[in-house]
Amino acid sequence: MHRIEIEHLTKHYGEKLVLDDVNLALANHEVVCLIGASGSGKSTLLRCINDLVEFDAGTVRIDGVSIHDPQFARSELYKRVGIVFQAYNLFPHMTVLDNITLAPRRVHRTPRVEHEAYAHELLSLFGLDGYARSYPEQLSGGQQQRVAIIRAMANRPDVLMLDEVTAALDPELIGGVLAVIKDLRKQGMTMLIVTHEMSFARDVADRVCFLDGGRILEEAPPETLFSKPEHQRTRQFLQRIIEAGRL
Amino acid sequence: MSRRPAPPRRAGRPLRARDKYLPPLISITSVLVAVFLIRTVVVRAEQWPRIKAQFFSLEAIIEVFPDVLGGFAINMTVWAISLVVIAIWALVLAVFRSLTGPWLAPLRVFSIVYIDLLRGLPSLLLVLLFGFGIPALQIPGLPRSSLFWGATAMVMSYSAYAAEVYRSGIDAVHDGQRAAAKALGLSQWQTLWHAILPQAIRNVIPSLLNLAVALQKDVALLSVLGVRDAVREAQIYTARTFNYSSLIAAAALFLAATIPMARLTDYITKRDRERRLQRTA
Repeated sequence: MHRIEIEHLTKHYGEKLVLDDVNLALANHEVVCLIGASGSGKSTLLRCINDLVEFDAGTVRIDGVSIHDPQFARSELYKRVGIVFQAYNLFPHMTVLDNITLAPRRVHRTPRVEHEAYAHELLSLFGLDGYARSYPEQLSGGQQQRVAIIRAMANRPDVLMLDEVTAALDPELIGGVLAVIKDLRKQGMTMLIVTHEMSFARDVADRVCFLDGGRILEEAPPETLFSKPEHQRTRQFLQRIIEAGRL
Repeated sequence: MSRRPAPPRRAGRPLRARDKYLPPLISITSVLVAVFLIRTVVVRAEQWPRIKAQFFSLEAIIEVFPDVLGGFAINMTVWAISLVVIAIWALVLAVFRSLTGPWLAPLRVFSIVYIDLLRGLPSLLLVLLFGFGIPALQIPGLPRSSLFWGATAMVMSYSAYAAEVYRSGIDAVHDGQRAAAKALGLSQWQTLWHAILPQAIRNVIPSLLNLAVALQKDVALLSVLGVRDAVREAQIYTARTFNYSSLIAAAALFLAATIPMARLTDYITKRDRERRLQRTA
């Protein structure tokens, strides 16, 4: 069974069609990267999966159960599928530790000793020892984004979705965040990653999907997609990326 | 980061005492001279002795001061209690208004109607309506004190403004914060309580303090109900003696309260702005 199955997903923003009959499946432990130009529907696709935006038609299933199935309590969906945003979206009025433990404390109500221990474990794993009592604004962008990843991990999700998590970072800070994601891959995390870092996608992805105009135009292992793209649109996109020096 | 750049020095020489102390000295002196000149002109005016006797009679002020001060204590008590009630009630209204979901529509509509009505009516009208109207009904179980109902009218009126201030603060919190809270599994209430409101309230503290200063003097409206506050006590003295110095005494008391409050507001606003600038830097 697939971790995530998306069938015939369609979504409009007003008149504009942003997702056009998207079909995608993620197996357990699989890492899929979504690439494509801005406005091609990548971020919207992620947000449909965990119900942050509503879609018009189609189904999204997690472990075979539709996310609109009554048996899927809302908090259960968010526990299973974590998301990290481009702008980190940490809560500025809470310490790093409070950010990380907010959901375990308030939603899942796990024992304090347990979730705090796990938070500290993740902090030290991701090179953030000693920052538990800091506030987000005292951290660099790269550190904040790592905290955001830890915050999503603190729910112990089955799937982690990453929405352009390095796009807002200074170049010298990107490496640290990408290293963390590679680490998660080694641990067998199932991930759906929207990224503009093509070399990273090539390293980390089992499959790469190229989105264009709300459709998945091409879907292949990274070696194939990056070296022998089938579609003209994919070639044009990759060409532009190469010209921009990002591959 | 926050340290100011050193003042520019003239080539090679240390800053001299003259450069440091002369500008403020000139400022103070020029203000004093101006005040002295105006005072001289005013005091020399033909009408001055009458004006002085009517408005600035020291004997009258000393005589009436205990009564006015006692009344002023009522003003400040009403103010302090109202502030607390307004802060809470307005927050409730703002939260009602920001709720989503069809089942919560009654709360949302209530809040919108309340704010529209109460902001559209003069406070004085509400004070008269409540302060005289409700006690006149003589409903058993309800308080009959004009002071109580007058203060209630002030609270209701100011809550409408404060609710709008809170709402602007709630709207100003970035959408990403809601998305992040929702994606962590927090309910609508939890999102508001843990993620949105702490940030929203912090954003609007300066604006709320401005309202607090305005209320500090508007509590004098209760004097129309016959409540013996500072203004009423002053009027009573005026009616008896035809001397208006008692109102000047009351005015001095109000200024003694509102000016520090306004300065505090300025200070907090400034600190808040610096904090934001630092964050975006």
